[in-house]
Amino acid sequence: MSVNETISSAAEQHENSVPVQDVVTEKKREDMPVQEGKTVGLPYADDPKFKLRNVEVFYGEDRAIKDISLDIARNEVISFIGPSGCGKSTFLRCLNRMNDSIDICRVKGQLMLDDEDIYHSRRDVVELRARVGMVFQKPNPFPKSIYDNVAYGPRIHGLANRKSDLDDIVENSLRKAGLWDEVKDRLDATATGMSGGQQQRLCIARAIAVSPEVILMDEPCSALDPIATAKVEELISEMSESYTIVIVTHSMQQAARVSHRTAYFHLGHLVEVNETSKVFTAPQHELTESYITGRFG
Amino acid sequence: MQTANLLPLILVLAVAAYGLAFMRSRAVAAPLGGIRNLKALPFYYAARAALWCAIPALIVLAAWAGFEGKVIQGMVISSLPQNVWPESPGQASLVLSQISNVAAGKLNPEFVPEHIAGAAGLLENLRAQSGTFKTILVLLIAALGAAFAWTRVAPHINARESVERTLRRIFFVCAAVAVLTTVGIVFSVIFETVRFFGKVPITEFLFGTSWSPQTALRADQVGAEGAFGIIPLFTGTLLISAIALLVAVPIGLLSAIYLSEYASKRVRATVKPLLEMLAGVPTVVYGFFAALTVAPFIRDMAELVGLEASSQSALAAGLVMGIMIIPFVSSLSDDVINAVPQTLRDGSLALGATQSETMKNVIFPAALPGIIGGILLAASRAIGETMIVVMAAGLAANLTANPLDSVTTVTVQIATLLVGDQEFDSAKTLSAFALGMMLFIVTLLLNVVALKIVRKYREQYD
Repeated sequence: MSVNETISSAAEQHENSVPVQDVVTEKKREDMPVQEGKTVGLPYADDPKFKLRNVEVFYGEDRAIKDISLDIARNEVISFIGPSGCGKSTFLRCLNRMNDSIDICRVKGQLMLDDEDIYHSRRDVVELRARVGMVFQKPNPFPKSIYDNVAYGPRIHGLANRKSDLDDIVENSLRKAGLWDEVKDRLDATATGMSGGQQQRLCIARAIAVSPEVILMDEPCSALDPIATAKVEELISEMSESYTIVIVTHSMQQAARVSHRTAYFHLGHLVEVNETSKVFTAPQHELTESYITGRFG
Repeated sequence: MQTANLLPLILVLAVAAYGLAFMRSRAVAAPLGGIRNLKALPFYYAARAALWCAIPALIVLAAWAGFEGKVIQGMVISSLPQNVWPESPGQASLVLSQISNVAAGKLNPEFVPEHIAGAAGLLENLRAQSGTFKTILVLLIAALGAAFAWTRVAPHINARESVERTLRRIFFVCAAVAVLTTVGIVFSVIFETVRFFGKVPITEFLFGTSWSPQTALRADQVGAEGAFGIIPLFTGTLLISAIALLVAVPIGLLSAIYLSEYASKRVRATVKPLLEMLAGVPTVVYGFFAALTVAPFIRDMAELVGLEASSQSALAAGLVMGIMIIPFVSSLSDDVINAVPQTLRDGSLALGATQSETMKNVIFPAALPGIIGGILLAASRAIGETMIVVMAAGLAANLTANPLDSVTTVTVQIATLLVGDQEFDSAKTLSAFALGMMLFIVTLLLNVVALKIVRKYREQYD
């Protein structure tokens, strides 16, 4: 069906409801060229933390990630943006192999963390995930006490020999997550009784407690109110001094506020990566421009 | 007309009322500009007409059928000449059965006294009249009900509400039938239990250590002394249930963990129904498996290591019963483990926990209340099980904790007490009701605890 036919048939169906202009934009988006494996901007870095080359992810027959190459630098905050279903969360979950638990998911390409292959057949996933922590979209504290939530990782990895060491780790993690003053008097209370924002910061504290090098965040603020969001964003900025942070977000303002670089995903392609200020002020690809100016998404 | 013939007739009338009211509501709506101008859809007017037609008629029919027999009997008895009036209820029922036998043609009227033959004629007459009256009355009520509903098909009358109300009442009656039946059973058991405690003191029943439910037919009978101590039965029940749970809980729980956390989709889809099939095997089949295969095997094994074992043992019954209740544990545990949100699993895995650490530290504690609920349900099933125990553990009421001995359980004793001809005034028969009462109380408590725990678990994630 040609563009003109689409316009005329759509116009017939909704005689006076749908502005014709929208239909054109919608159509243009399908036609816009995305060259596979071609990413505009600055996808590479010197001495990267993650070196990702020609990554492809399949769900059964479905190719969800199409030939993406990207470097993630040490101690940078990089945000992944893009319309729903564009593969940014799938790509994020490759970085600590959280896709392993999905039977039909296959990952191809080269994914290196500090020049070690993430998907090597002998790779110890436990060690990988201790180094690459993750915070999820919905706060998911365990139905245990606040203390036990934070102490969970250190206990599993044997990071504390004595009770006092563990106490220190818990206190430090909660302090870094900006939660210590709020909960120091009720460490034995169940974590599920906290507010959503506190729960999410607890999950960040829980991730920090195993001293990871990288923290992946999958839309960490989408279930939070604006005040809690502001606190988490502040926390991300503080943490960027000591951690490499990869954050998936639906909020372009959030990407602009917290990240050094921004990557724009579209239908499984990595369209554009650049310094955040450049992406939002002078996008090089027309798809990026359409997305950030709100023409679709 | 017979009641059985009246029922389909009422149904036909109701369907006719439905159709007529449906058409009338459309006809009423047409001049107003369509059914949107009615207060309710045509379906509701029609359904109300059908309900008005059927329900009063059915109520009258049921009442008539309930009282018809008594009323006719009374009329027949009072028609007898004064000098032959029956003096006692027993006599009256004898006379009545004679009369009805004559009326049914089983007894030649020439062989009975004249007043009986006359009464038989009256009986037949009354029955025929009653049938006619009943038919006319019921059909009239059905027609009146339908006609009333017909006049109430009007645009300003909201039939929807009255149909909803009636349906709610029908549902309530159905629920009430189930509840009242249970209450009735409980009360009948309570009455017999109270009668039993009139013959045997409750303290002897609860604390006696010997069970031998014999009552004397004659005073000079040998071994006439009965003993009604429930303790050997309860220890037997507990022993067998404990063995069953020792088998079922580990196997069921671990298989549930395997199925929900480790097995691939295809394995799960095959194994889970197979496991649940265990619950569908009739218990009598388990029973002869236990009696013919497991019990002799256990006896031989025990003899091999120099232990004395009876050929019917608590161990055999418990082991097989354990296999039987595996699906209760595994299926319910599998469900609650699956109900633990995936986000908790992800959270634990993302911290570098292995699958088994995640299971042990996060999923199992979160699912524990539900798992305990499942175990308690399995336990009440084990306590109530009869057939396996009859066949594999025997009938001897030994007070023992040795699983190689033969023991008996509460349910088995109830079954043996009530099999065959019984007299309902002996302590032996009545003791079955007391045992049933005890069992009911115990399983009720277990179920209440199980439900409480399951409910508490539900609140956690809602």
